Amino acid sequence: MMRNYLFLIFFVAAQMAVAQNILRGVVIDQDNQPVYGASVVWENTSEGTNTDESGNFELPLNSSSNQLVVSFVGYKTEVLPISTTFIRVKLYTDGALEEIIVSAARRSMIKSQRPTANTVVMSSAELLKAACCNLSESFETNPSIDVNFSDAVSGSKQIKMLGLTSPYILIAEENIPSVRGASQAYGLSFTPGTWVESIQVTKGAGSVINGFESISGQINTELIKPMDDIPYYLNVYGSSDSRFELNSHINEKLSDKLATTFFIHGNMRLGRHDNNHDGFLDSPIGSQINVLNRWQYQNVEKGIVSFFNVRYMDDKKQGGQMDFNPRTDKGTTNYWGSEINTQKVDVSGKVGYVFPDLPFQSIGLQVAYNYHNQNSYFGLNKYDIKQNSVYGNLIFNSIINNTLNKFSTGINFSYDNYNEFLYQNQVTDWSRRDNSVGAFFEYTYDNLDNFSVILGGRLDVSNRLGVFATPRIHARYVPWEDAVIRGSFGRGKRAANIFAENQNLFASSRQFIVAQDGGKVYGLSPEIAWNYGLSFNQKFTLFGKRADAGFDFYRTDFTKQAVVDVDFSPQQVVFHNLNGSSYANSLQVDFNIELIKHLNLRTAYKYYDIKTQYYSGKLERPLQAKNRVFVNLEYQTHDHGNGHWRFDATYNWLDKQRLPHTASNPVNERFPAYSNPFSSVNAQVTKVFSDSFEIYVGGENMTNYKQPRPILGNTDPFGQYFDASMIYGPLFGQMYYAGLRYKFL
Amino acid sequence: MKKILLLALLTFFGLQAHAQDAKSVSKTHGKYDIEVKGNCNMCKKRIEKAAYSVNGVRSAEWHADDQTLHVMLNDKKATPLQVQQAVAAQGHDTKFNNKDVKATPTDYENLHGCCLYERE
Repeated sequence: MMRNYLFLIFFVAAQMAVAQNILRGVVIDQDNQPVYGASVVWENTSEGTNTDESGNFELPLNSSSNQLVVSFVGYKTEVLPISTTFIRVKLYTDGALEEIIVSAARRSMIKSQRPTANTVVMSSAELLKAACCNLSESFETNPSIDVNFSDAVSGSKQIKMLGLTSPYILIAEENIPSVRGASQAYGLSFTPGTWVESIQVTKGAGSVINGFESISGQINTELIKPMDDIPYYLNVYGSSDSRFELNSHINEKLSDKLATTFFIHGNMRLGRHDNNHDGFLDSPIGSQINVLNRWQYQNVEKGIVSFFNVRYMDDKKQGGQMDFNPRTDKGTTNYWGSEINTQKVDVSGKVGYVFPDLPFQSIGLQVAYNYHNQNSYFGLNKYDIKQNSVYGNLIFNSIINNTLNKFSTGINFSYDNYNEFLYQNQVTDWSRRDNSVGAFFEYTYDNLDNFSVILGGRLDVSNRLGVFATPRIHARYVPWEDAVIRGSFGRGKRAANIFAENQNLFASSRQFIVAQDGGKVYGLSPEIAWNYGLSFNQKFTLFGKRADAGFDFYRTDFTKQAVVDVDFSPQQVVFHNLNGSSYANSLQVDFNIELIKHLNLRTAYKYYDIKTQYYSGKLERPLQAKNRVFVNLEYQTHDHGNGHWRFDATYNWLDKQRLPHTASNPVNERFPAYSNPFSSVNAQVTKVFSDSFEIYVGGENMTNYKQPRPILGNTDPFGQYFDASMIYGPLFGQMYYAGLRYKFL
Repeated sequence: MKKILLLALLTFFGLQAHAQDAKSVSKTHGKYDIEVKGNCNMCKKRIEKAAYSVNGVRSAEWHADDQTLHVMLNDKKATPLQVQQAVAAQGHDTKFNNKDVKATPTDYENLHGCCLYERE
């Protein structure tokens, strides 16, 4: 940073008065490419410097020498007499190293300065760094996303962005919204990590192309493409909490135009563990079978690419007391237990056509059908939801005058049929049909240099949300070299599926109360929020190491919200319309550096200020740390053709979190007002034997921190003080795992 | 939509475009490969910007490795020669169909240090 400022100041000074006592220059190779890191030294002195990424250098003139020595590994050293204040030096390879292939390792998490929106692309290599068996666990190494447990029963993980839970993130698979409606609570665990090719994480208001629902961000997952796939892939995983996974991909290329892959995933959790001796399973037992068959047809001459996917998934979970037996105890008060069974069927297709004579113009059609059926009970609470959805999207991309001005326009529609029943003392039927159709237009201007902007707008008609417009703006500006400023602004609107999104609360004796006031979504208003963001990032060289630092600040302002109020009474959860203000401010400061070759350090500090007007006053969002620290270290040994090692460790520190109000309970059934701060460490070691075989071992929560008392009222789970939803930390102590990956290339 | 897909396809088309030289791809649009001398990314920005300044240029991409500017333009509105002139005015020597359009010495010397390519 400092160096850059100095350079800037210097640069300006140099513009004003030609600095006579400074030698400026550039070092290039025989292909006229800048040489980065070349050494430039006055002969027989220690006065020298190194060239920057553009091959430029600056060096004060030296009184004792006017011979400049320019050298770089693999090039012939040049010694040049200097008589001017600017010099261009060309280095020629010295032939001895002609055979060496220089390759730069591509980072697995790319924070590119190119995209207009604040987007980070996580490659599949990033996903290999954690135990990561499914999408919900794949963000452990991403500082922008916080991963938390949602309750003490289902074992599911909840992600947050800008401090807001996943319903406020538009989660899409290949740009088709996927985790929505009924799948909101567990949907992320329905995509196995090995199927993923890459994940794009966008902070703040997203693009209008995929819909109007995103408020805090967008996460889009791209699955592996059959055309680029390898013939066979196998991954086996086992862990000390008795979780076993098997992933197998079989790919067949039927011709140069047609390929298919079968993805088969199975997992089992067998272990009944109760490490904290509260009588409840620390993690659920269960199993999942998940099968996807994906086809890709590609005809380059005609400019056609198309995909067709069929998927079936069956997921079973059982949690609750150790002695609970579903066959004899379901629906009784013998023991408290819970089962969540989900079946999913997805069929989707996509056709893209690029106009052969106008490569910048294309048209695409996506159609998806989705069936989701969840039957579940939590003690005596029973919750069933079935969702049939159809989604379609037609997009036309082209340019205005030239490719600096691009636009995308199109229409999309969605239809959802919900059969939803909640049994709590009595049965309530929340079945409904939702449909919406909308048109969008997005214009992108990019001057290919230092400025780009995306202006997007949508107009939607929905039976539940009415007729409304969604504006979104993203802009990017490069004020000086290697720096980027981004700003975004947008509006999001959504129908909160209050039960599906808050299933963790079923694991309590809370009564579900909906304070209806005539709205069209469960009797409440649709949620509306505005999101504003500003970010800055600067790449620089620190002691000769590549580094970058930056910050981003986002504010989300709710004008309407379906407030989930667990502070009114420990025996109730009240869903009510926002009456007052509700906002989420988040600040993230990052610093990343490559300490030595192959050793990367990522650090982030996050500050969250999230407040909502509840019945009992304006309070901090419960179960949300105000301050968080994230540190990730990765190291890879050099590969000399006989394999290499990869090491990865992540440290998270979470400050105290406000716990929901329990002061009205008897003394021994209360939580303190705030949790204690805690930290956790995850680490993994991978031995890569060859391109086709690797073995990994790792540990999660190695500091062995456990939430001291996860469940209130655990001795009387059918009593009025029972609550297993107030989870702020890990339940399971240390967990170790091992696995292997085999690729048939 | 599928930006990635589009990119992949564009790459394919790019490869195809390599195979054809200055071939009209439709009634109105033609693709041309103009030789343009330059060094670095800074040159790339300058060259492409200059090409885009010509009305009728649809897309322009310069690659340092083969010293070639790939342009696609509307043949009714623009000619490769106009693109050559616009690029040369920014200091970069050009060549298309054995016709040289060179930068003036002043324009060449005004280039940033790292862009001072070797002139023939």
